[in-house]
Amino acid sequence: MSNVPNDLKYAKSHEWVRDEEDGTVVIGITEHAQELLGDLVFVELPEVGDTVDAGSECAVVESVKAASDVYSPVSGEVIAVNEVLADAPETVNQDAFGDGWLFQVKLSDPAQLEDLLDAEAYTDIMESEEH
Amino acid sequence: MGNRTILFDIHNAMGARIVPFGGWDMPLHYGSQLEEHHAVRKDAGMFDVCHMTVVDLQGERVREFLRHLLANDVARLKEPGKALYSCMLNPQGGVIDDLIVYFMHDAWFRMVVNAGTTEKDVAWLTEQAPAFGVEVKPRKDLAMVAVQGPNARAKALPLLPDTLQEPAAALKPFYAATESGWFVGRTGYTGEDGFEVVLPEEMAVAFWQALADAGVQPCGLGARDTLRLEAGMNLYGSDMDESVSPLEAGLNWTIAWEPGERQFIGREVIEAHRDDPGNKIFIGLVLTGRGVLRDHQKVYVGDREVGEITSGGFSPTLEKSIALARVEAGVTGQCEVDIRGKRVSAKVVSPPFVRNGKIRIEL
Repeated sequence: MSNVPNDLKYAKSHEWVRDEEDGTVVIGITEHAQELLGDLVFVELPEVGDTVDAGSECAVVESVKAASDVYSPVSGEVIAVNEVLADAPETVNQDAFGDGWLFQVKLSDPAQLEDLLDAEAYTDIMESEEH
Repeated sequence: MGNRTILFDIHNAMGARIVPFGGWDMPLHYGSQLEEHHAVRKDAGMFDVCHMTVVDLQGERVREFLRHLLANDVARLKEPGKALYSCMLNPQGGVIDDLIVYFMHDAWFRMVVNAGTTEKDVAWLTEQAPAFGVEVKPRKDLAMVAVQGPNARAKALPLLPDTLQEPAAALKPFYAATESGWFVGRTGYTGEDGFEVVLPEEMAVAFWQALADAGVQPCGLGARDTLRLEAGMNLYGSDMDESVSPLEAGLNWTIAWEPGERQFIGREVIEAHRDDPGNKIFIGLVLTGRGVLRDHQKVYVGDREVGEITSGGFSPTLEKSIALARVEAGVTGQCEVDIRGKRVSAKVVSPPFVRNGKIRIEL
């Protein structure tokens, strides 16, 4: 069973959200998601300055065999993207919850964080998908 | 739940991630598809190909039957054990399946067909065979393991039955030998040297374990696909099917036009289009911009759509995205591919991209 850190929030579509407590969040895909995808070979990120909406497609992660959309769990403005992934997409496989982060968003509606899943609820979803 | 091969439990024990494929539950990878790919290019890897079907064809007129059935000509098979790659066409000239056929002796040829097409293949063979007095026997009692890579033969040979070791060691490429109910072909689907081993099902688990103990990397369907794509080998169902002429799937080389009087099934239709300047061509692409080429993406020259990708993916050896594509005649040099609404540059090349561990195209 994949590691699911307690200090993060989650979306059903397998993204994680780390609250930086300065009105911004960092977003990535979960360990479970990278396991399902396998070796990543390309990551297409939004651009700094883009506006993203909660639940909308805003990035693509491509493994050797398939492309998979990443949905923004929150709305806001993209203020940073993980440039490292352009040349080293495998960083997501190696450290999905850390160095493999995808992008950072300045929240337009901080209350959206309340709608996200905690580690326990996300673990339940992961387990139900495996059966 | 799909069908399971005899190796299903040992795949799980070796950490396989299982996915459905052509009605079967098969390993996609055992941890890292990329590592498995590189193991085959540099050392040795093994694939469970039990889901493919061995079909034995027996009868005094079996050669005559196959000369009628297949677009390639088994008259070319003169020495026992020699193998031939061929398309089996329908009367409209579309591809029912692509397969390998081995000449065993005058009354016995062995064929290996794809998993997803087995049912219709066997039905077609069974329909055509009685006119030639040929018996069609799908061998569900046999397992098949492909051992591929520069060190594959050396690692597999000591694990074969004693009586088979010497004949197997002496095999030239595209030949097979059989002893003690085992069958070894020096064939494969990776662009590397190696064996395809057909053996009694009850011996398959022990053979798989022995190969693993000898340092042969278990490989899943993921690596099998990137390896065959780099090798420029067609995948049935992606690169061609019953609606596609072999002339437009890069398979012209597999059609034996001579002798002209050999009336194989589908000949009349494809021969009428043999020199048609409107025939599409089958090319290789290397993505020069960023992204990954995928099946069904459209290919453009300027503003004009000229065709589409039939197999695309990432090449671990080139560390670039590559594809096979069917496009209008005359497309050469540079083109563009539509990736999620963006036009990305690609270079037209002639496959294979990689063979025997070496890059075969100019980057």
